[in-house]
Amino acid sequence: MARILGVDIPGEKRIDIALRYVYGIGPSNAKQILEHAQIDPAVRAKNLTEQQLSQIVHAIQEGEYVIEGDLRREIGLNLKRLQGIKCYRGMRHIRGLPVRGQRTQTNARTRKGPRKTVGVVRNPKAKTGIH
Amino acid sequence: MGRSIKKGPFIDHHLMEKIVKAKDAKSKAPIKTWSRRSTITPEFVGLTFNVHNGKIFSPVFVTENMVGHRLGEFSPTRVFRKHGAHTAKAEAK
Repeated sequence: MARILGVDIPGEKRIDIALRYVYGIGPSNAKQILEHAQIDPAVRAKNLTEQQLSQIVHAIQEGEYVIEGDLRREIGLNLKRLQGIKCYRGMRHIRGLPVRGQRTQTNARTRKGPRKTVGVVRNPKAKTGIH
Repeated sequence: MGRSIKKGPFIDHHLMEKIVKAKDAKSKAPIKTWSRRSTITPEFVGLTFNVHNGKIFSPVFVTENMVGHRLGEFSPTRVFRKHGAHTAKAEAK
């Protein structure tokens, strides 16, 4: 177990794979970082020396990648802006529906979550005949 | 794919005329428009538009955050409906 940037603990994997456990670093960013730090991507994360780890951290900070909390905040702020101005995209985010014009009669389960079957709900006032 | 920057933002001429007029007269009266496709530019900020949604004109007060969006994005053309009885509990949501 190695620690990079405080919170992230990549395991017994190759360092190029392990780096992807950091939120905001994917395959291509990991490759770039390792190239910049001049570290063989095939090395297991646990076998890295302290110096190599600091080289990676240095490469990440120098490359100005937006990662972890900062990235989450940035995404949150973007959503908040869209929702605050009440534009179409913001409203779709609030409703939890697809934002980019996909169909919703069927599918869209990623956004809508598990199916919720809605039965017939009687209007309580209808029984008494008031309406 | 986004619009080419070379062209600049698209605004209908008839809408731009109305905006220039309103700015000159410093009037805050809402501008009635059908031009949902016009991009909001910094000149729009502070004005109110009545944007047509196919049926009614919904009032849109333009703030700084809205710059870069289209007027139509703020005037929904569909009504969101839910299933079930319209009880007070359901309406409150």
